[in-house]
This record gives sequence, C-alpha cells and structure tokens, in this order.
Amino acid sequence: MWRQAKWDEPLIFEYKGKGRRGMLIPREDEIRKEVNVSLPNKIRRKREAELPELSELEAVRHYIRLSQMSFGVDTGMMPLGSCTMKYNPKVEEMSQSLVENLHPLQDVSTVQGALEMLYEMQEWIAEVTGMDKCSFQVPAGSAGELAGVLMIKKYHEEKGRRRDEMLVADTAHGTNPASASMAGFKVVYIKSNNRGLVNLDILKEVVNENVAGFMLTNPNTLGLFEEEILEISKVIHSVDGMLYYDGANLNGILGVARPGDMGFDVVHVNLHKTFAVPHGGGGPGAGAICAKGEMAEYLPYPIVQKSGKGYSLYYPKKSIGKISTFFGNVGNVARAYTYILGLGPQGVSAVGKMSTVATNYLISRLRGIRGLELPFPGKYRKHEVVFSAKPLMNDTGVTAFDVAKALLDRGFYAPTIYFPPIVEEALMIEPTETETRETLDKFANALKEILAEAYSDPKKISGTPLNASVGRLDQVTANHPTTVTPTYLVKKLREENKIGALR
Amino acid sequence: MEMHPWLPNLGDLREMLKEIGVKDVEELFSDVPKEIVLKRELNVGYGRPLSEYEIARRLEELSERNAKLLYPPFLGGGVCPHYVPYAVKMIVSRSEFYTAYTPYQPEANQGLLQALFEYQSYMAELLQMEVVNSSLYDWAGALAEAILMANRINGKRKVLVPANANPNHLKVAETWARGKGIELVKVKYNEEGKIDVEDLERKLTDDVGAVYLQTPNFFGVFETEVEGVVELARKRGALTIMGVNPLALALIKPPGEYDVDIAIGDAQELGIPLSMGGPSLGVFATRWDAKLVRQMPGRIVGLTKDSFGKEGFTLILQTREQFARREKATSNITTNEALMAIAVAVYLSLLGRNGLKELAEEVYLRSHYATKSVESRGIGKRKFLGDFFEEVTLTFPVEYQRIHEKLLKAGLHGGLRIDDYSAVFCFTEVHPKKAIDLLVDKVEKVVKGVETS
Repeated sequence: MWRQAKWDEPLIFEYKGKGRRGMLIPREDEIRKEVNVSLPNKIRRKREAELPELSELEAVRHYIRLSQMSFGVDTGMMPLGSCTMKYNPKVEEMSQSLVENLHPLQDVSTVQGALEMLYEMQEWIAEVTGMDKCSFQVPAGSAGELAGVLMIKKYHEEKGRRRDEMLVADTAHGTNPASASMAGFKVVYIKSNNRGLVNLDILKEVVNENVAGFMLTNPNTLGLFEEEILEISKVIHSVDGMLYYDGANLNGILGVARPGDMGFDVVHVNLHKTFAVPHGGGGPGAGAICAKGEMAEYLPYPIVQKSGKGYSLYYPKKSIGKISTFFGNVGNVARAYTYILGLGPQGVSAVGKMSTVATNYLISRLRGIRGLELPFPGKYRKHEVVFSAKPLMNDTGVTAFDVAKALLDRGFYAPTIYFPPIVEEALMIEPTETETRETLDKFANALKEILAEAYSDPKKISGTPLNASVGRLDQVTANHPTTVTPTYLVKKLREENKIGALR
Repeated sequence: MEMHPWLPNLGDLREMLKEIGVKDVEELFSDVPKEIVLKRELNVGYGRPLSEYEIARRLEELSERNAKLLYPPFLGGGVCPHYVPYAVKMIVSRSEFYTAYTPYQPEANQGLLQALFEYQSYMAELLQMEVVNSSLYDWAGALAEAILMANRINGKRKVLVPANANPNHLKVAETWARGKGIELVKVKYNEEGKIDVEDLERKLTDDVGAVYLQTPNFFGVFETEVEGVVELARKRGALTIMGVNPLALALIKPPGEYDVDIAIGDAQELGIPLSMGGPSLGVFATRWDAKLVRQMPGRIVGLTKDSFGKEGFTLILQTREQFARREKATSNITTNEALMAIAVAVYLSLLGRNGLKELAEEVYLRSHYATKSVESRGIGKRKFLGDFFEEVTLTFPVEYQRIHEKLLKAGLHGGLRIDDYSAVFCFTEVHPKKAIDLLVDKVEKVVKGVETS
C-alpha cells in the first residue's frame, strides 16, 4: 500500500534555538574599520524582524522533511488535465550553468552564448507553432495571454478602430476571460454545440465590427479537436478580427498540426507544459508569445536577432512594450532548450501522437466502467479526456472530489476536477506521452477499484485520504473571516487578541 | 522513431493501437482537416536526438561564448548579484518540490504548502504586513498588479509614480495598465535623488487612485518622507503602494510601520541566482483589511485543521481566482514563482535574524566604501546626496561609456549607465574589497588619462 511521509514538523517559526545560524556572511573587516557611516535615525528599523535562528542542519532537515510530504511527477503519476505534467528529464538541470550567473543588464557582447540559445529557441518555437516570430518576455502562460490580447488591442487601435469585445469559448481556461478583462475587453462567451465544439452558427451571429478577436485552444479542454477550425478562422478574419491560440493544450497536437496553419495569428506557448520545464510547485514556468504577419511587429521586447557576427536585441516597431522586467524566465527557457535537444526533431514530432495514443488507450481501459460517463462519446480525444462522475454521485453520493481524494490514497495524484465547467462532476485526465503503458494500466485499475468500492461502501471513499500526510482539510476554517490565517504574523496577532476578523 | 528514454511507449505502439481499436496513429487524428496535417518533421534541434553527453558539450560550447569576468558585474537595476548557498540549491533541487504542480490536492502536498506558508510568514515579518501572497513573477509584475488592484478598488484611472523608480518596472506597469486605460503620471525627484513632495502634492488630484513610492529607489537612495507621502495620499483617497528591497528591510523601517496599503518588491536578492533576470520573485503584501485582501492577486496559503483535528495547510480565498471568477477574477495569474519562494524561505532560515542584519550591513558598508574611495581619490562623486543602500549613482569627469569599455577589457563589468557621465553601481557581499579596489583603480586610470589595456 502507498503511504506518504507524516512528520509532525513544526512551523520554522516555532524552532526554539537562540543565537544559531545556518550561514556565514563574507565579511571585510577592513572596510568596517574604514567606513564610519550609519543610517539616518528617521528611517531606521526600530523593532528587529523576528526571524527564527537555526543551524544549517536544522534548516536542511526541516525542509527535507517538508519535501518528503510533497508529491511531484518524480513521486508518481500526475494526470492533471490541461496542466501537462510530463516527466522533466534530469539533464535539463545542466542548462543552468549557461545562464545562472548572468546579469540581465550585462553588455550584449558578454552574453553571446546565452543569446544564441535564446535565438535558437525563438526559431524553434516559431517552427512548432507555425508563427513568424517569438518573444520570451512572458514568464508564464497567462502573461502570454495578456500580451496577446494587448497586441490585438493595439493592432485595432492603430487601424483607428475601437473594438471592445473579445470572444472566448465556454470551454476555455479561466485565464482567457481574466486576461481579456485585464486588457479592458468585454468578454463574450461562445457556447459549445452538442459535439463539444465551438458552435459555428452562434459564432457567425456574434461576429461583427465590435469583435477584436477570439481566444481559443485547440484541442479544447474536453480534449476534442476543433475540426471546423478553418471555417472559424474565416469567420473571425472576415471582420479583420484576430484569432488567439491558448497554447496550454499544444501538447496534444505537437508535431501533428500547427496553430499557424490553422489560421491563428497570435499564440502563447507554456514551456513548462509542452516543453517539460518543471512546474516548481506552481512556478516558475516560462512562456513564449509568438505572432504571424503584421502582428509580429506588436510583440513585447526585447527579441534576440542575429546580426553580422553575433546576436543583438531587437525592439519591434509597434511593440506593446515590456511584459516582464528583463528577458522573461531565461533559466527555464534554457531547460526547455535541452529538452528539445534531447528529443530532436523526431522526438518533438512524436509528442502529440504519443500523448494522444496514451489518452485513447486509457479511455479504452476505462470504457463501460460503472459510475463514469464519457460526454460527447464517439470521438477520439487528443492529449486529455474529461469524464463525468455524475452517475456515481447520483447512485452513491460519492463525488468527483471524493474520487480525487481516493486516488491520492493509491499513490496517484488526482486529475483536474470540476473543470471544464460545462461538464458536471468533471474528472479531467491527461496522462501525457511520458507515462508507460503499465502505469496507465495501474491508474485505470485504481480508478475502477475506487468506483467499485464507492458502490459497495460509499463512506469508505468519502473518508479518504488516509494514506497522505494529513486527512481531509477543513476549508471552512481555512477561509472563515474569524479563523483565516495567511501568515504566522496573523496567527501571533490573533493569539494576542490584536486583530479582529477579516472583514 | 526508435526508442527514446523519455518516450517509453514507442515500443508498445502497435499493441496500444490494437487495444484502442484503430489501425494506425493517423486514425486518431482523422478529425484534423487534411490540409493542415503536417506532412514533415519539425525543423527543431540538431537533426536527431542528442545524447546527454552531446547536450552537455553543446551547453559548454555556448557557455564559452559568454564572457568570463573576474567578479560578478557591479550591476543592479532591479536585481543584484549575491551568493546562493548550497543548502538552498540542494533543497530546491528536491524533485518532490520542483516537479510538483500547484497544490490543488493539499493532503498530498502538505510540505510544499507549509514551505510556501513559511515564505509568506517570513515576508510578513520583514514587511510587517499581515497578508502576503505566495509569489508573483517579479517586482514589475507586482507593481502592475498593485496598480490594477487599486483600480478595481476605487475605479480611478490615474496613478502617481516617482520618476526615480526603476524605469523597467515603470515600463512593465505601463504595458499592463494600458488595457484598462490607466495613466501613469510621473512625479519629479529632487537633487538629493528623493521624491519631490511638492510636485507630488501638486499632482495629487482627486482622480488619482494610487501613489507609488520606491525605497531604496532606482538611484539607490533611501526615501525619507514616506510618512508625509502616505498621509497626503490618504487624505486624497488614494491607495498607497510601497516598493522595497527586502534585504534593506533588515535595516530600514518596514512598509507596515508606515501603514501603507500594498507593499511590493522582489526577493531575488534572497537566495535566487541571477539567471539573466528570470525567474525572479515578485513580492506582494497587503494590510489586514478585507477590502484589500479580497482584491489581492495571486495564490495565498493558509493554516487550517484536517479531519483528525491536526494542523494543516491549504490554498485559501480561492474564490477570487480566475478558475472560479473567470473575467471577474482579481488577476489572470496561475503559474507563479512558487519554487523561488521556497528558495527564499530556505535562505532566510539559514540567515536568521542576525545573519540578515549582518548581510544588509555588510552590503551597506561596501557601497559606502566604494563611494568613499572614488570620492577621496577625486575621480568621481555621488550624483545624489541622499543616503543609499547597495546601489549608488556615481558621476565622473569623463564619459562613462569610455570607462565602461576599459573596465570590460580588464574583465570587470561596471555599472549601469544612466546618462553621459553617470552610472548606477551595485556592491554586495560577492564583491570583496579586492574587487572594489581593482574597480576603483581601473576607473582612476581612465579618469586621470593613464589608460592601460
């Protein structure tokens, strides 16, 4: 049976030692002797920050224990839909030596090696997306979306038009409407049809001279390929709207079809998904924002260009400006670079195919399982599949949430649940091309076992997890205005009765 | 394609297709219009999969094309070079952390959540702000989010920003704010390099939604009139945003004591390598006020209990986020810089209260030592008279570009040129006395016209 480490590890602020330290500071005593300055009293900190004092070993043990109570791709399968949790090859870490000690404001003459890597990556990402140019300004996908919609906004403004509507598919990731709204657009949702795809009739009705663009992912979040994409593109372009590609699901078609060939004008890529940069427990990721034709002149700067004998920086004429302070998450671009080197053109071209094979294999293993329903059946999924646990809930009271927790007890991370919102009790599974057939079989068996158990003993499933570091967490206490505790400072202040409820 | 260690099922392909019930892979893509199916391999990489050894060789080759410098550059401007201890590197290399996803299943990710809670708590203690999120991209991103947040709260479309704030941060904020039609109005600085309070007061009209202040500012100078600025802003109904260098907080009064609404900054200096500027770590904090907290962007980890009554951690206040609120969310951010937040927590746990203070003092002294050396030799002087930390703006009697080129030839990378005769330099614990002396010697030779190669 799978069990996770359980350490009753105190908060680091509860360590009792005094006067200990985990690091020596390089000191220059001669400087101390020579310089006699002190901070103006007015701005001096009066009460010292109360940081705990630990030896190096204490600190290391503390954080190693915490790592043991964590779950990553290296721990077990993480079938999180739309998140693409694939294996992160270890060689990627080697790439850090190339950029680790480079300051972003160094003269370009001193960072030619790093710029060469960035330039090659720009070219490669443009190739896989079918775009003309890419910028790595965006530190993650949602920043890419913001950059993309700002580019579209500026494009229309320069043409002297005021367009304030952004179309978003109802299956879209929540980031799409959030980004469109941040850019000042009114979000108009396009409903899916009874095949789980963009409803072309509705789209045609909605498209007019107010529409700036359409944000779409293909394959969509149901794992279905938008087969009418060329028609969709025609409709959007008929009013000179821009088609924006949300690259979160690029893994499902990588090497099979390119957004640029489908008619997309602006594309973001999540390097931490498709190109195996580790997710880091929520970040850092890395991204690219790419564009075709006229739109390429709106990309955020700087972009690396090849000139004469070396590499220099390029600032597109109509650029929207900067999205991050320097070059984006260069350290992670370097990781993705080694990933592409390691896969080579053959490997990169096989990614979409193999992730699709894995998904459909898993579906065939789960076919007919009692309690789960496959919405929009009869279609091949690409990289991910969404099941509905509604029959299970109706029959037994056991929810998708419960199934997720029961999977944890069996050594698997849970699928994405309750997304996309158009499927009730959704379980969204993305196995990726890096899990073996044996692992897919084990996962399918675990899920079957859980569903069977839910029918025989529903209480047992709703009591899970029992094998994780802690039991089910109380979300009410966590979020209630009188008990919500976001920092140790709040915990202390509350114990001393010095703060009230968060109202 | 042949077998590849990262694509394990290539060898089982036939059996898997049989199980699915299709004759070939192409059938799985029969819904993709024929005209867009790619009929060739992608032109990426170097023609074939490279072995690990070959990848290592390629990286070495590229590394050799980066210049070898004698010491880390004397460059700040948003990020500064510092030493990152091995313990920090080892812990963020624990693959349970670095291959994890956002902890949506908290029971399986207690350790990650606790580490992030500890990061939030470290920052809360340093900033003396009650609520800290578990990271944004970088300082500039945090500034942009703060400006958008102020706009959500009071609907005003004008924000005062100091002309002595980091220009790159302002550029980013401008890009992000343009979508909502928010205008950034620059406030002048005085000859001390500090914000011109009179100019600020003049520009602080009722349509200003927020006032931003950075200390130490882009020139390295401490702002000394923060109380006054906060009071003025509050009187006019504007929110206050304070940008700080978390390392300086070991010495200077924290934003919480000025009672600002939002504190931001970058924690790169506390345990994160330069990596050409990214990943970095945007810090974002607010006061204990629901009006602010419920509009805060990014993820927050909180304390709770599990079903056995044991203490545990989970993501909190998620109803603000994009997956729940879509276009009404407080931000679009999903992926953040969580692993970097862990690095910072580990770094601070190594330093402890005395270590952090000692490091900040050492950095403070070194920047003053370098300035004193330049001034006492009569080869340059401070451009601004205000007291400074880590970074200092120096002006020379010869064009800085000339000095810069000579320094580079000697294997030293100088400061950041800000006008024909001035540059901002950064001095930290990775610049020993020997390095500072060498830099000043080389500058002296150029200034006094005794140029060497």
